[in-house]
Amino acid sequence: MELPLLHLALVGTPNSGKTSLFNALTGSRQKVANYPGVTVERKEGFFVTPLGRQVSLVDLPGTYSLRGRSPDEEITRDFVLGKASGEAVPDLVLCVADSTNLRLTIRLLLELKRTGRPMVLVLNMFDIAARRGITVDVERLAKELGLPVVTSIAVRKGGTADLLKLTDEISAKLAAEAEANSWRALSVAELRATQREADRIIADCVSLPSRPDTWTARIDGIVLHPVGGLIVLALILFVMFQAVFAWAQPLMELLNSGFDTLGEFVHATLPAGLLQSFLQNGVISGVGSVIVFLPQIIIIFLFILLLEDFGYMARAAFLMDRIMGGAGLHGRAFIPLLSSFACAIPGIMATRVIDNKRDRLTTILIAPLMTCSARIPVYTLIISAFIPAKDVWGFINLQGLVMFGLYATGIASALAVSFLIKFFMLRDYAPAPFMLELPDYKMPRLKSIAIGVYTRAKMFLVRAGTTIFSMMVLIWFLASFPQPPAGATEPAIDFSLAAIIGKALEPLLAPVGFNWQIAVALIPGMAAREVAVAALGTVYAIEGGKEAAEQIGQVLATKWSLATALSMLAWYIFAPQCASTLAVIRRETGSWTWMAVTFSYMLVLAYAASFVTYNVAVALGAG
Amino acid sequence: MTDTNDTRPHMPLGLAHRGYTGVIQHLSAREAGSALSDIELESRLIELGFVEGARVEILHEGLVGRDPIAVRVDSITIAVRRREAMAIIVA
Repeated sequence: MELPLLHLALVGTPNSGKTSLFNALTGSRQKVANYPGVTVERKEGFFVTPLGRQVSLVDLPGTYSLRGRSPDEEITRDFVLGKASGEAVPDLVLCVADSTNLRLTIRLLLELKRTGRPMVLVLNMFDIAARRGITVDVERLAKELGLPVVTSIAVRKGGTADLLKLTDEISAKLAAEAEANSWRALSVAELRATQREADRIIADCVSLPSRPDTWTARIDGIVLHPVGGLIVLALILFVMFQAVFAWAQPLMELLNSGFDTLGEFVHATLPAGLLQSFLQNGVISGVGSVIVFLPQIIIIFLFILLLEDFGYMARAAFLMDRIMGGAGLHGRAFIPLLSSFACAIPGIMATRVIDNKRDRLTTILIAPLMTCSARIPVYTLIISAFIPAKDVWGFINLQGLVMFGLYATGIASALAVSFLIKFFMLRDYAPAPFMLELPDYKMPRLKSIAIGVYTRAKMFLVRAGTTIFSMMVLIWFLASFPQPPAGATEPAIDFSLAAIIGKALEPLLAPVGFNWQIAVALIPGMAAREVAVAALGTVYAIEGGKEAAEQIGQVLATKWSLATALSMLAWYIFAPQCASTLAVIRRETGSWTWMAVTFSYMLVLAYAASFVTYNVAVALGAG
Repeated sequence: MTDTNDTRPHMPLGLAHRGYTGVIQHLSAREAGSALSDIELESRLIELGFVEGARVEILHEGLVGRDPIAVRVDSITIAVRRREAMAIIVA
């Protein structure tokens, strides 16, 4: 008889190693979605126990208590209580603890026990605890807590074997164990009592070494130094952006020549005509010009996930708290804003860690100004076409420096906007508290990071395969029809719908130095920023024939003035060119107004920045 | 615990400097002037391990106004602003 799917839920405090355990158990069999009605990310994975039981495992948002102060924590509470809409009551709750740091988890566990759900305490990172001289009397702990306790090493092969075995044992006798829920929100006195109880249990079952982790203390001595720490942070960000630009180059060239070869092959194989043009100019050069940026996206996510896993992100928030406070931002906004460098969508969703509504709204409004990875294709294209690849001061790549400048401008304007919001809109502002655990440093878990990068790369490719592909088909269609009359001497695109639309918009964009081809590219760029690159490729390819398709950059260098190129860069720092971001803002703020505010202020900034850039550049002789 | 706790004056952790070590005597959320309600602030401090009898040490301070502070609380490290740390009375 086929047993029903066993439902497991992972609960734990932030930094308990929950996600790496989740990755170790489920590998790449993961499904990321949202809980209905809220924008909390729902991560579900699947695995099979040694006895062949099919298991669904849900990774719940990290929390210190069941009080539910934020949407994330409410989900965790409701899920465990079986009150989350459309969710099965978990058959078994896995409470994950960092074995080196049990204090807060044991308190949470004592609170969780009151829900009456069958529960297991998983002592994760047990190897690190052993290495640091922390010994845990597992049997005694199990007796004191009245729960099965199992150790695991999520990062090692076979490190979860005990947990899997225990899951089988427990699932065999689950039906008998349902207990009544006696949980209700804890009063301050009860909270204090549970923490006391937790401390007593830990004192009985755990022996700590006399000295805390020396590596963490040594590293913190440098990276949390009031001045030195900020220098380290700046260096890390600088290396990150140089890497995105320089390290990705060889791979990108490889991908690029791959797509060129494919295009040539199609050109040579198929007879000249609409199908050939569609495949070569629409599909291959269009989608290809976006996929080329995969290496850069992988590198930026790699950096973010590594820093997160190492334990540095919380330090960055600590260092930036007061500095960002000057601009009216909360220290916790640093992580969402840093995530926005990869993509504003996860960044805006990550603002849920900010409990204060005003702080959160400010962060959401400025997150799209952080240079997301979708701008990289546009920046890279224009920089490599117009900025010479020479070194300045002997070791800094000028192209990398311009890239850094674009990022810096984005950050500076985000801070300025935030300051203005605080100054004009939120006058009676009382700063929300900043309270954050600074976890001990851990060697990043490579497998877990690989899974994280893989998931993001897959999302990017799926986007390239769907949104971007359909936009490319549309652009190709607009640029190809109607066909030129027989005997016409001008390029075919001059007769097309694209040219008609572009030329209609040209008067509006002429003051910022944009020609009608750019206007055509900006429209599909509203769906996703990086589409603009592919759209430019298609427009110029159909205009100039196959030579143009091979090197969009070279074509731009001959068709645009430097002033236009700089104006385009300025436009892209600010322009609200991403429908999905706007949709997420609408969903997260629950208001069309804030979406409209974001769209308008960014559009105004973009137009103004491009206008100034273009006219200054022309005045300096770059027109 | 040592008897220094009886002789040392009680003070809010929010006024202590880097290197300070002491033991939490009690929590007094009213003193903090935090944006949170008293009950909420106290609850959060307890959830992060700030309970009576816990040993605290100020490990690091931020650049601007020596704020926030990184506090060792028994076996963990918590970052907190001085404004909220005013609620933690130590000696």
